[in-house]
Parts: sequence; C-alpha cells; structure tokens
Amino acid sequence: MAVVFDKTKGLTDKPFHYCPGCTHGIIHRLVAEVLEELDLVDNAIGVAPVGCAVFCYDYFNCDMHEAAHGRAPAVASGVKRVHPDKTVFTYQGDGDLASIGAAEIIHSAMRGEKFTTIFVNNAIYGMTGGQMAPTTLVGQKATTAPLGRDENHAGMPLRVSEMLATIPKAVFVERVSVHDVKHINQAKKAIKKAFQTQMEGKGFSIVEVLSTCPTNWGKTPVESLKWLQENMMPYFPLGNFRTPEEEK
Amino acid sequence: MAKELWKGNEAIAEAAIKAGCRYFFGYPITPQNEIPEYMSLRLPQEGGVFLQAESEVAAINMVYGGAGSGARVMTSSSSPGISLKAEGISYIAGAELPCVIVNIVRGGPGLGGIQPAQSDYYQATKGGGHGDYRLIVIAPSSVQEAVDLTQEAFDMADQYRIPVMIMGDGMIGQMMEPVEFKPVAKRVLPEKTWATTGTGGKRKPNVINSLFIDPQECENHNIKLFKKYDEITANETRVENYNVEGAEIVFVAYGTTARIVKNAINTLAKEGIKAGMIRPITLWPFPTAAVEAAADQASVKAFLTVEMSMGQMIDDVKIAANGKKPVHFYGRTGGMIPTPAAIVEHAKKVLGGAK
Repeated sequence: MAVVFDKTKGLTDKPFHYCPGCTHGIIHRLVAEVLEELDLVDNAIGVAPVGCAVFCYDYFNCDMHEAAHGRAPAVASGVKRVHPDKTVFTYQGDGDLASIGAAEIIHSAMRGEKFTTIFVNNAIYGMTGGQMAPTTLVGQKATTAPLGRDENHAGMPLRVSEMLATIPKAVFVERVSVHDVKHINQAKKAIKKAFQTQMEGKGFSIVEVLSTCPTNWGKTPVESLKWLQENMMPYFPLGNFRTPEEEK
Repeated sequence: MAKELWKGNEAIAEAAIKAGCRYFFGYPITPQNEIPEYMSLRLPQEGGVFLQAESEVAAINMVYGGAGSGARVMTSSSSPGISLKAEGISYIAGAELPCVIVNIVRGGPGLGGIQPAQSDYYQATKGGGHGDYRLIVIAPSSVQEAVDLTQEAFDMADQYRIPVMIMGDGMIGQMMEPVEFKPVAKRVLPEKTWATTGTGGKRKPNVINSLFIDPQECENHNIKLFKKYDEITANETRVENYNVEGAEIVFVAYGTTARIVKNAINTLAKEGIKAGMIRPITLWPFPTAAVEAAADQASVKAFLTVEMSMGQMIDDVKIAANGKKPVHFYGRTGGMIPTPAAIVEHAKKVLGGAK
C-alpha cells in the first residue's frame, strides 16, 4: 500500500502531553518538519524551556538540553559556541522568553548568536495555571489579574518581535500564527527561513508564533482560534520585521 | 620549567588553559577580573572562545550549554556573582555536568566589600542553590597550589560529572608568587557519550536534563547522586596535617588563613607551646577523619578554628570532633585579615582555659 502521509522523523513517538486544542502540537510538528526537510535532524541540538513545552526534549528527535526558566538562550549560546557547525534552537513560551528570560533573549540577539528561537506567544502562563504574562492583553483575565489586565497597574503587553527587530544582529524576525491552514503554511515558511538564516551564519533568528491556550483562556478550541484572530492579531500584528536581505 | 612570577588570578586562568579548558563564560566583578581579562586574550590564541555574558546568571547557563555539549568549560566570579550563579550551579549539579567554577571570595553579605574573605564557606559546601547536591570545593592556600589544583579540577569534574569549585579569596587572586606549571597525574577519564553533539543519525538523542517529574524517579536520581558523592568522599578528600603529632592545640584553617596560622604556630613553638594545624584542601569533601583522629589524640586539649568569617567551617569541625574535645573560634571578616599575633594570643587564651 502506498504511504500518503507519514509523521516527520523530526519527532519521536512519545505522545504529546498538551491540552486538547492547544497549538503547541502544530508548532512542534512545523519545527520538526522543517528540520527534516533541511536534513538537519541528525545535526540539531535543541533547548527546551520551563513552561508548557518543558517536555519538548522528549518530543524532538534530536539532542536536547532542558534549561532553567528563561535561560534557554544562554544555554543555546554555550552550545552553539562549542558546536558552531550544528543547528541550535530554543523553543520558549512567553513567560519564559518575555518575562524571566528577557535579558537572555535580548543579549543573545545583540551578540548575533547563530541559533534560532521559536517563541510561542499565547498571552498567558499555561503550565502554572493561567497567571498573567508580559504578553497578556489589556483587559484579558488571568488568575493573577482576576479583573483583567489593568494597563495602569501592570503596563502594556510586550511586543517582542518589534523590540528585537531594533537589534542589528537579529537578522530574521517574523511573527506568524497557526489559527488556520493558510497561516500554518506561512508559519512553516518563516520557520524554514529562520533555520536557513542560521545555517548560512547570518545571525540571530526568531519566529514568534501566536498560539492558543483553551484551558486557561476558558474557551473551547474553536473559540480560542477565533479569540486569537480577533484579540491577539490586532495588538500583535503578523508579518516579517527583519530579513537578512534588508542588511544589503 | 623554571619558576615564574604570576598573579593568582592569571595563574588560575593559564592553568585552566593548560588543562584543556577552551570555553570561558563570565561577567566582571572585583576581585577576580584578571581571570576573564586573561581568558579574553588567551583563549582565542588556543582556538577557544571567551564570551562576556550579560550577567552571571547568563554566564553559568552558557557553562551549562557548553559543558552539556562535551567541552571543558570554566566560569569565575566573586561572592555576589556566585549567589547569582547559584540557580545554574544547582541545575548543573542536577544534570551531572562537569565544569569548573572559580570563586575569589570577598566580604559579604550583600554588596559587602572587595577585600579577601572566607564567608562563602556555607554557600560553597552546604548548598547555595536549591536541592540536595554537592560540589567538590577546593581551597588553595598558595598560587602554586591554585595552579596545580585548577588543572586537576577539570579531571575531577570529568571523572565524576560534577561541578568543581576553586574557592580562593582576594588574597590568593591578587597576590603574585613564583609558580611552576607542572603536568598533573593522568587519570582515566570516561568518554562523554552523554554529550549533545548532534546524533549524526548514529545514536538515540542525548538529553541534558535535571527534571524528574515522577517523585520516585527524582528520589532515585538523588540516591544515585549521593552514591557518587560517597565515592568522591572516599577518593578525593585532601588535607594537610602540619605539626599535629604531639600538639596541645590544633588549629583548623584553610586558604590564606592557613598561611597566617602557620606563622602563628611557629611563634608558639618558640614559646614552647606545641601547636599543629589541620588544613582542609578540599572543603567538600571535608577531611572529617583528620579532625576525628586529632580529637582522639591524647596530647590535644582543644581545637581552634580560624577563618576570615564569623565562623562557618567551625560547624564541620564540631561535627567531626563530636564533643570529644572543645572547638574554639577566632575570626576576622568583611575583608579584615587576622594577624599572627592575634591568633597566638587567642591560642594562649584557649590553653589558659578561656571559653
């Protein structure tokens, strides 16, 4: 019988632990497919975050490190400096990257570390149970913002891609979404471009992926996809902020 | 090789390079700045990488990444910086990664001061970071010893997959002494089959990790670590006994303080008072057996622990003496250094029956 569809070799057979409707699974597969298509699975060393994706070291079928909360970019810097010919990536959520790890991501970008960051932004702390993140929208409820985020108290959500795009050595910066097939395909293209940028030795690359958290948003998976489009995309506009070509 | 005059910090850095260290991740802090400065010039000459991190927190996590990737990696800092590294050190110990961490200790707590101190003994030997873990902690008392032990530290780290801390103080780091770089005794070291190097399609993925979500697995991991710690205690405990035989009073002191105590012992000898010293070279594992033996020695009336702190190592001396002989303390702290005269005076008080 002809095989019409096969799971990517970039993933192990371990079943994901993610909640129903969570888009981490899609994003994992996109990263793994890109690694496979670029023939990088055997060459890759990934760094897992602390957060919902903490166990991604069991899912990606390549060498992995599990980092302390927020420190994945520093760990990846150490890995890449030892193995400059390997493909190094971090996979981080918004609490990990934009809050506790803000210094590490900014300075890795500043140094132009030649690794790729997959930044999953779902505007909430998932694993710890729905606390406010730096990316939580104004008015959005969280367990530590029970009346909704108040901008006069907690400030405005951090636009990570826009911020990193101001850094000269952050040569590829793009924000994508995975709420429908069209956008999933666009996301995969961006992820592929980011890894290619890394392997061409051009500098730091990051893809911010808007993602859902039905469990902590208190919505069904379908409602969540709609909420992402209607609420996250206006504040976190999709698009490319930096490409290596701009440098020329 | 003839002896050369070297500053302690630079000598430690060169010793690390001679031991095969090719990656250094650090952040500036006094009084250890000569280490990263030296590395920034020398490592590229050896095909290595020096990287100034954005913080001590980032530096120790770069060490985690580099060590997990199979390289010989070092970082250095001083007391407040080591506090920042404590999280990463716990992860490195948990993930069983080999690396060398230098602490050129200064006065504390808080910002403290920049002069020599030994007030990080608890931090180095009793934790610092969270969880049940140990570091091998080495306390050189001369620049030559710092050079010899730094080279050996990398082998110890690789042999046991454990972080090794070189605990100097501002005095060891800043003073110049004649040094000879000698090769250290070769150890049989295991291959780093666990390191992340890319699978190359030839093996299953390696994972560098300290997370064990199942409590039984986490306990098992701790038990495994402690079996290793027992092995290290049996094999690697280092101590110098100085004039302990027949001594009435036995000092316990390490690092810079031990040198000052030797001076005091010689002064006491001229006055007809027999004094000796137990000098722990490894602070962990602590040379408990040496203190126990001295406690059982008939001539010994008391121990006198001398530290540049308010009294931290004294706890381990008391545990080892186990009530058999009284354990006294004399110390200066905050960057103040005890004088031989003050130590002599305190020893006489102890022998005169003072509490």
